[in-house]
Amino acid sequence: MTSINNIYLYGTCTIDLFFPEAGIDAITLFEAHRIQVHFPSEQTCCGQPAYTSGYPEQARQVALSQLAAFPENWPIVVLSGSCAGMMKHHYQHLFPEDHPQHIQARQFSQRIIEFSEFLHHHLKITLTDYGQPVQVALHTACSARREMATLQSSQQLLSQLNNVSVVSPPYEEECCGFGGTFSVKFSNISGAMVNDKCSALEAVNIQHLISADCACLLNINGCLAKRQKTSLQGEHIASFLRHRCLPNKPYP
Amino acid sequence: MTLSQFEARASSVLQNVDLQHSYRDAMDYLVERRQQQFNDPDEWYTLRKIGSSIKTKALSRLPELLLQLEATLNNNGIQVHWAETPDEANQIILQLIKETTASTPPDAHAPVVKGKTMVSEEIHLNQFLTQQGIPCLETDMGEFIVQLANETPSHIIMPAIHKSKADIAQLFKSHVSGQYQDDVDTLIQQARQHLRQRFQKATVGISGVNFAVAETGTIVLVENEGNGRMCTTLPQTHIALMGIEKVIASLTELPPLLSLLTRSATGQSITTYINMISGPRSAEEKDGPEQVHVILLDNGRSRLWEDPTFRDVLRCIRCGACMNHCPVYARVGGHTYGTTYPGPIGKILAPQLETQSSASELPFASSLCGACGEVCPVKIPIPQLLLRWRQEATGQYRSYHGSHFSATHNQPTPITGQRYSRWEHLIWKTWSWLNCHPMLYHFMTYLVTKCRVLLPRRLSGWTSYRASLVPASNTLHQRLKTHQRHTTSSKKQA
Ligand code: SF4
Repeated sequence: MTSINNIYLYGTCTIDLFFPEAGIDAITLFEAHRIQVHFPSEQTCCGQPAYTSGYPEQARQVALSQLAAFPENWPIVVLSGSCAGMMKHHYQHLFPEDHPQHIQARQFSQRIIEFSEFLHHHLKITLTDYGQPVQVALHTACSARREMATLQSSQQLLSQLNNVSVVSPPYEEECCGFGGTFSVKFSNISGAMVNDKCSALEAVNIQHLISADCACLLNINGCLAKRQKTSLQGEHIASFLRHRCLPNKPYP
Repeated sequence: MTLSQFEARASSVLQNVDLQHSYRDAMDYLVERRQQQFNDPDEWYTLRKIGSSIKTKALSRLPELLLQLEATLNNNGIQVHWAETPDEANQIILQLIKETTASTPPDAHAPVVKGKTMVSEEIHLNQFLTQQGIPCLETDMGEFIVQLANETPSHIIMPAIHKSKADIAQLFKSHVSGQYQDDVDTLIQQARQHLRQRFQKATVGISGVNFAVAETGTIVLVENEGNGRMCTTLPQTHIALMGIEKVIASLTELPPLLSLLTRSATGQSITTYINMISGPRSAEEKDGPEQVHVILLDNGRSRLWEDPTFRDVLRCIRCGACMNHCPVYARVGGHTYGTTYPGPIGKILAPQLETQSSASELPFASSLCGACGEVCPVKIPIPQLLLRWRQEATGQYRSYHGSHFSATHNQPTPITGQRYSRWEHLIWKTWSWLNCHPMLYHFMTYLVTKCRVLLPRRLSGWTSYRASLVPASNTLHQRLKTHQRHTTSSKKQA
């Protein structure tokens, strides 16, 4: 057990609007480990959508307001891998050395920790599984996989659960096709990618699809629902862990 | 919404089930082969670091190394020509062909044979020579097939990867043997016989260059079929075409780069042939060309070189691994791009090397998954460079880094396109304004959750492949506020 007492939770706009449960579940998990969670009401979006669309100016404005929203020197735990990647690795491009906020942004980036990385590496959490035997697949966002080593952390967390076995669908490492505005601008290509992702998931026998990235989940879940070949819907790893490890814990 | 040419081509390939399968199978095969070569992550890490630093160092001394290369090549009896544009390169080649064929009896059957060279595709050499009435025969098996079909390569290493066995058999029936048969070995034999006759008559051989060594004046060419060696040794004149970025400092730097190239490209520890050419036939030699010429082509490369971010792309050793691993390339295929170099590397090069209309939209046609950057043997940060092009397209890169740009005289040409409209800019401005004002953001997200039944059921593009987006009934912010779990940063600061 480590001596982390206070953390900031960065929910991300996707979780805020589409997966609020995941935020609540994450808080429940943290508090069960005696961590004081602070959720600043000023947080909005990390700026990634504008940044990847070629609008760094607008992304920078939004990033600036995030820099101001987490004043204490606590770790900022981010519930979505690609947003964490944005704040940890790309803010330096938005605030290069000659930018007045360069140092502030750098310090901010150093405090960013992705959720599963935080549980595994920082909190060194021990999990006890109270659930029924299940087979699951784990989807890792590309940027998180490549920039954040989220995959290893998520795998380590799931490996602690005795009754959970992780299955690898075909083409597991391949992108789900989301890519922000790519999914709308090049909808046919993105659509082909997400359809392939879904047929790979449908081809394996799993009861849960788990991810630490909600943008991918939004994409994959939407396509799974449209295809109607299975009732499978992906869930955030925070929700999955909370349900298996703290089944009776009420929301504090 | 009307589809761009790129999208229209992509959509038609996406509907072609056979083509989808051939691409997927071919890519899976190449990915697997490469994986077997680099299954030791430490070795991969070290070798890649060595390779990328060799190229980085060479690029940092590019003008000097090129001059050194010119001098050492000259010393070895190889003539050097500089071409700034594709047209200049074509004219030089035409002149050299004319000079050679003037002294030999003309043969209508392919006075020119060509080994695989992507630079010749870049300058549209075949088209140019055909217009001049000079047949130029492709001798690499893949390129030969593509030429028979009157197409362009769909992959930089496997030019005919889009062709099925039946397609090839049909082409051979029409152009080579007169009979349909689809046994691969027989097809190869037929092509070999066909080509061999031409090789014997050819007076000019054209090849590409994989590496050029400044220290020794050596040009290096890797291949598997032996046709490259034929092109560079049998004809009287050998013309080697290279981009200026191919130069490296010394011979000792060659082995790691060769290893990275062949293992990344085809999953081979080494290719069947490595040709190291360091001069024309000498008096005591029985074979080899009488003249060797090297054409150093710029075609936009020096503009990329001047830019500190884009300079990285000149490290490229054209292994093709980025396209083999690209989920977009694997689905839309090489021709969809409409550019010489397809796939991720093509998206970076095209806006500078080509005039195709699709060039400016290509950097957007990526989910930025990063698979390309991860496998690139010389560590080119492809996703970062795609982002840079996106920022160039919206004009925001120049507006932010303007001062830097006035300092360089030879800068990359910005890309523009009607896709990046004022309307789009306005959307992002509104988005930014909303996300910079938490109260407003809360109000808007509140409205969205409360009116979620009223949200449009169809959202162009998105809902063609997915169910409509339904927000939660309460946002996380709302829930935490109800539970009085919100903290306010301004209070903390106080
Ligand atoms: S960008 Fe990298 S991976 Fe792609 S062809 Fe060039 S060297 Fe190979």
